[in-house]
Amino acid sequence: MPNSTAEKVRPVQKDRPGSKVNSLQDEIDRLTERFGTERKALIPILQEIKKRHHIISGYAMQCVADRLSISPAEVYGVVSFYSFLHEEYQGRIVIRLCRTISCDMAGKDAIARQIQNDLGIKFGETTPDGKFSLEWANCVGMCDQGPAIIVNEQVFTHVTPEKVQEIITACVKMYERTPDLFKKGNHNEHKK
Amino acid sequence: MNIRNEVTFASIRPKDGLTAALGKDRDVVVEEVLRSGLKGRGGAGFPTGVKWKLAAEAKAEEKYIICNADEGEPGTFKDRVILAEWADLVFEGMTIAGYAIGAKSGIIYLRGEYGYLRQALEDKLALRRTEGLLGDDVMGKKGFSFDIHIHMGCGAYVCGEESALIESLEGKRGESRNRPPFPVSEGLFGCPTVVNNVETLAWVAAIFALGPDWFKHVGTEKSSGYKLLSISGDVAHPGVYEFPMGTKISAILKAAGAERPKAAVVGGASGILVPAKDFKRAICFEDVSTGGSIIVLSEDRDFLDILENFQEFFADESCGQCTICRLGNVKLLEGIRLLKEGRCTTKHLQELCTLGSSMRAASKCGLGQASPNMFLSILQHFKGEVLGRPQADDHFVNKRKAS
Repeated sequence: MPNSTAEKVRPVQKDRPGSKVNSLQDEIDRLTERFGTERKALIPILQEIKKRHHIISGYAMQCVADRLSISPAEVYGVVSFYSFLHEEYQGRIVIRLCRTISCDMAGKDAIARQIQNDLGIKFGETTPDGKFSLEWANCVGMCDQGPAIIVNEQVFTHVTPEKVQEIITACVKMYERTPDLFKKGNHNEHKK
Repeated sequence: MNIRNEVTFASIRPKDGLTAALGKDRDVVVEEVLRSGLKGRGGAGFPTGVKWKLAAEAKAEEKYIICNADEGEPGTFKDRVILAEWADLVFEGMTIAGYAIGAKSGIIYLRGEYGYLRQALEDKLALRRTEGLLGDDVMGKKGFSFDIHIHMGCGAYVCGEESALIESLEGKRGESRNRPPFPVSEGLFGCPTVVNNVETLAWVAAIFALGPDWFKHVGTEKSSGYKLLSISGDVAHPGVYEFPMGTKISAILKAAGAERPKAAVVGGASGILVPAKDFKRAICFEDVSTGGSIIVLSEDRDFLDILENFQEFFADESCGQCTICRLGNVKLLEGIRLLKEGRCTTKHLQELCTLGSSMRAASKCGLGQASPNMFLSILQHFKGEVLGRPQADDHFVNKRKAS
């Protein structure tokens, strides 16, 4: 029975009411039910994994490749190509500061320095508590209202250095009010 | 929203365009788009009617309409405003395009950075489905089914290029394809595909609401209609403006309240630099063409800072497929930094210009071809300003300070 080994490695759980999604594999199964197993489903699946876990681990990439019957290298190729997909853990609140021309001319450097000071991290880093990541963004289309930053999916415009702390505080509050929105998910799953 | 003057879209009643278009035969619809003279508003300016005609003539089971909402060109934000304010016109344009070429599905490729627009768009699409404006037998038109869904981009500038966008929709890296075949014959999943810019599709709805001749009579002979412009930089009133094609740059800058302009970057990072002496030139496809981005630079700006910013952008966003684009942009960036440090020889600068010309010729897609534009443009007009900058340990400066 050639299928039996595969079954052992990856027991297929039925989606019973009340049953918990307790592994990344099951979660990916559920995502393939939603998006399909064709190649075009790859990016939507990866976007969901990123949203829930804040990381697309090597393990997750392997699981996805397995379900879509493509090489993990193909999945890695996609993850490494797009700046919104990450193979490393990102904070639950991702702050992206636009660095392109109009925001640059409007004074993004001062904002960049102040965010770094207030968060205590540099661009491309994540705070040790896993709350914040700081990233650069290329033109976010807010050139008439720069400098602009995008926090997860929310935009802040006309940012000034003194507003930086306000925005960070607002993010923390948002985070505390709606912890579900920033749920950590099965973060340890990727370490398997 | 910073909409600064009267925009035609605000006066178009939803459903007018769609009703008019669905009342006509498919080939008449294509014919009218051709007659209107509408050209792609994303910047390349390919005649929309020709694109549609080719896709309509292609024989295939499945065809696709893609709305390119991956607005990533630095300094462009008019698509964001259109999607926030007049999304129904874009949906109508897509539906009309679907009807004209015989496509059943439309996809909006929305850039990841505009994620906050998604929910409102989904709600509007749902409403259109309940109103019978999408789905089976659109507006009671027997046999015409059309639906639209949204695909989120992941933060890659190159995906604004149509073939890279299609690759991305297929679940791959956004690397542009060799052409031919063009998307109109072999696009998404190998099917005939029309990729149109957000603004182009909204104009389609306006053209059918007001008639193709109305559109044809505005603008210049080769560039009909109006153009939405995103104006930012050193101006008193940045925002979205509508002007007829053929409007002089000086008139546009005046309307936006430009402060002591030294030059304007027209067309974003892949556009060109227009120095103040050329402000009499006009915005249209036969003179200065743009996808809508105008960034005004005042006399206080240093061109090397601007150039360094653009070049960092390209070095970061090159997909890496063509060697000359992947490495050439890094080399140009290093050259700009040498210029800033006052260490670039004239000979090296000459080599960089040659490299720039080769990049134009040897890159596969628009990104690589356009990436040296600004470098070459600034050197053409302001070479004197970028050469001979003081060095950090400048002998002459130090000597002056000491005395």
